[in-house]
Amino acid sequence: MSVSKLIWLIPILPLIGFVINGLGRKLLSKTIAGVVGSTVVLASFVISLLVFMEIKAGHSIATIHFFDFIHLSKLNIGFDFKIDQLSSLFLLIITGVGFLIHLYSTSYMHEEDSKDFAKYFAYLNLFVFSMLLLVMGGNFVIMFIGWEGVGLCSYLLIGYWYKNQNYTNAAKKAFVMNRIGDLGFLLGIFWLIAKTGTISYDQVFTTAALDNLSDTDITGITLLLFVGATGKSAQIPLYTWLPDAMAGPTPVSALIHAATMVTAGIYMIARSHVLFSEAHFTQHVITVIGLATALLAASIAIKQNDIKKVLAYSTVSQLGFMFLALGTGNYVAAVFHVLTHAFFKALMFLGSGSVIHAMGGEQDIRNMGGLGKHMRITSITFLIGCLAISGIPGFSGFFSKDEILAGAYAHNPVLFGLALFAALLTAFYMFRLYVITFTGKFRGTHEQEHHLHESPWAMTLPLIVLAILSIIGGYVGIPEALGGHHELAAFLQPAVPTAAHQLDHGTEYMLMGISTALVLVSIIFAWMKFKNYQPEGEATGFGKILQNKWYVDELYHAIIVKPLNALSSFLSNIVDKKGIDGIVNGVGKAVNYGSRQLRWIQSGQVGAYVLLMVIGILFLFIVQFFYPFW
Amino acid sequence: MDIKAYIALSLTLFTIGIIGVLVRRNAIIIFMCVELMLNAVNLLLLAFSKMHAMSPAAKALPTYASDAQIFVFFIMVVAAAEVSVGLAIIVLLYRNTHSVDVNFLNRLKN
Amino acid sequence: MSITTLAFILLSVMAVTCAIMMITSKSPVNSILWLILVFFAISGHYVLLNAQFLAIVNIIVYAGAIMVLFLFVVMLMNLNADTEPVKNYRLQLIGVISGGSLLLVLLSAIMKVKEQHPVQMNIGDAGLVKSLGMTLFKDYVLPFEISSVLFLSAMIGAVIIGKKEN
Repeated sequence: MSVSKLIWLIPILPLIGFVINGLGRKLLSKTIAGVVGSTVVLASFVISLLVFMEIKAGHSIATIHFFDFIHLSKLNIGFDFKIDQLSSLFLLIITGVGFLIHLYSTSYMHEEDSKDFAKYFAYLNLFVFSMLLLVMGGNFVIMFIGWEGVGLCSYLLIGYWYKNQNYTNAAKKAFVMNRIGDLGFLLGIFWLIAKTGTISYDQVFTTAALDNLSDTDITGITLLLFVGATGKSAQIPLYTWLPDAMAGPTPVSALIHAATMVTAGIYMIARSHVLFSEAHFTQHVITVIGLATALLAASIAIKQNDIKKVLAYSTVSQLGFMFLALGTGNYVAAVFHVLTHAFFKALMFLGSGSVIHAMGGEQDIRNMGGLGKHMRITSITFLIGCLAISGIPGFSGFFSKDEILAGAYAHNPVLFGLALFAALLTAFYMFRLYVITFTGKFRGTHEQEHHLHESPWAMTLPLIVLAILSIIGGYVGIPEALGGHHELAAFLQPAVPTAAHQLDHGTEYMLMGISTALVLVSIIFAWMKFKNYQPEGEATGFGKILQNKWYVDELYHAIIVKPLNALSSFLSNIVDKKGIDGIVNGVGKAVNYGSRQLRWIQSGQVGAYVLLMVIGILFLFIVQFFYPFW
Repeated sequence: MDIKAYIALSLTLFTIGIIGVLVRRNAIIIFMCVELMLNAVNLLLLAFSKMHAMSPAAKALPTYASDAQIFVFFIMVVAAAEVSVGLAIIVLLYRNTHSVDVNFLNRLKN
Repeated sequence: MSITTLAFILLSVMAVTCAIMMITSKSPVNSILWLILVFFAISGHYVLLNAQFLAIVNIIVYAGAIMVLFLFVVMLMNLNADTEPVKNYRLQLIGVISGGSLLLVLLSAIMKVKEQHPVQMNIGDAGLVKSLGMTLFKDYVLPFEISSVLFLSAMIGAVIIGKKEN
């Protein structure tokens, strides 16, 4: 039996899990809910692995048509899946990391009520389903269904503890921000349909379809699609939802807001690289936005004290790196970084979850310290994650980040410089986080210290697996300069082209050397600075600006939220109360007044009736005899 | 004589009847104005009858020219019956209100 | 100007003048007398049209029976110019204006017609008593008889309405 026959099971299985957990949330015990939720994802992973093997062996499984989804006169949108090298890779990331996080969740969420527990797994399964739909979809519409689905699940899971008003607000913020991006995506799709009359990848990304598009069309469509990507992948200016999204349970942050959902924008652009390669202006925009996001988020992360916030800004920053790669046409590097980032960022989020679990819900690193003694596995795996994200040679992050930096250098050395600076900041804040949290003396309460413990196996096992992956994950893409063959690029070649420009090996050695040396300096500096960390008072000067995240939230509040509120209250108080109510009441008053005035006609006097009758007859005669068209 | 002269005469009489109805409040006078209007119509009917008597079609049917005159006759019959009932009503009005003012006929209002 | 035209004009002027006098005179009795004169003028028109039967019936029924009935009622109620209810001036003006404009509209509509349709004057035997009697008792005998039922019911109605309540 061919594997392609099983493909439909990949998204369906999590959907079944969602239905079971969602409908049976009051009946199922925690064990059953956890087992069901994890097993379906594991099964999907197994099938995805088979599919991946099939594709790697060279059997191409192209587009699979299930049924006609929307059929209009000229437009025919099928419910298609497109399984190629790119989507099979994403399938592996989603189901693989997803399974580990499900497993982790069974332990992490164990203190919840069984009803909420099943609800949590239902949402998580729904998310996996939506994300799979997003990457498997054979046209933009199916992708959009998944795109909206993950946004919904993100909303549901951020607001999982919906009784807390702040969390609910965070969920709303994420939803609204995502909607803004989704609107851009949707408009881009409409534009594409209007100009090419088709939406299927196989038809859009052909030279025939592209010939129909003028330069303006391509720039417009790609910019709109990129707006969608900025929403989903948390880029300037729509990134502010992601740090707030840390209100959700930590495994959710790991899965949705680090490893998978936020990479949807990367996936989409990589998928549409044919379009984006044509749109040079859009590529410049993506480059600038990506780099700016990477720098801005990294600078904010330096001063954050919430362990999850640091990781969140780190995620935003890393996503900026990926967009930088996309903007420089280095699609393989972006996908490569998605892969390695999924490993080490999920690892660190799960590690932070483990820490939070041990600290009894405490998230402020100022109250931690010295946790390495109590939580050996967590500490070591977290360190591996930090080394990976910093780009220490030998760890996965080194290869992917180096590829991005090399691509940036080939494009423009200034880009390289700025990106390197962001990378240095990354290393600095990650080690600041590590050192403050895991070394030194414990600064929390005595009770918390007593409570400190290593997490159970269901939490540490994913940590270990992800740590191993964080180390070896990069070896699929060893650059030729280091004697490898970059197997990932070779694998992806049919779906995503390799970057056109190639640096000579000497330059690459130089770049690697520079970045590695500087990163090491940065790490050592961070280690020395925070070795004997004591919580300071309020930050001052520039530090305060960073601590307050460049006041971007306040800026948005001032220039968007406030005018909107003012407009709303204007509409509500003036337009609605005076205008619309005025019209309604005015109609009533006019009728009232008119009827009072007309009442004298109904006088009961025979003479008056006769008079009116005569006037009526007179009028009719005039119309009859003198109105020209009668 | 042209038919238009008769039409104009009838219209004038008819309109005078209407004006009478409008300007007077005495029920009896109003009633008389109605009679005047009826007579104006009768005159017009007869004039039309005589107009048709000039046309060749009148020769074909023996009663063609006299139908309208029969009609006028019946109108008079109906008018006589109407007057008897109408005057009875006016007498009743007078008996109830001691007046023949139609403005007292506004009980329908409430 | 032929004698017929002259008679037509005279009778018309008489009818219109008497009608105007009828609606303007204060006393109901005077109004009735003016109306009788109008009916006489109309009867004159009937004669002019050679409708002798209708001319006679008009004088007998209208001027004779009906107007006398009116006169009786007026005298019975002892109505005169002093008891006459008067409409206010403004309503009267409105009535005259609307009635007058109705007349104007209709007359101007007639004047728009250009074609001539002459009316048979002085001659024609359709209106004679003999031919009309033949028609009435041959072709219209059933309506004629039914009209007696109408009179009967009118009489009963008048009696019941006019009866004093006990």
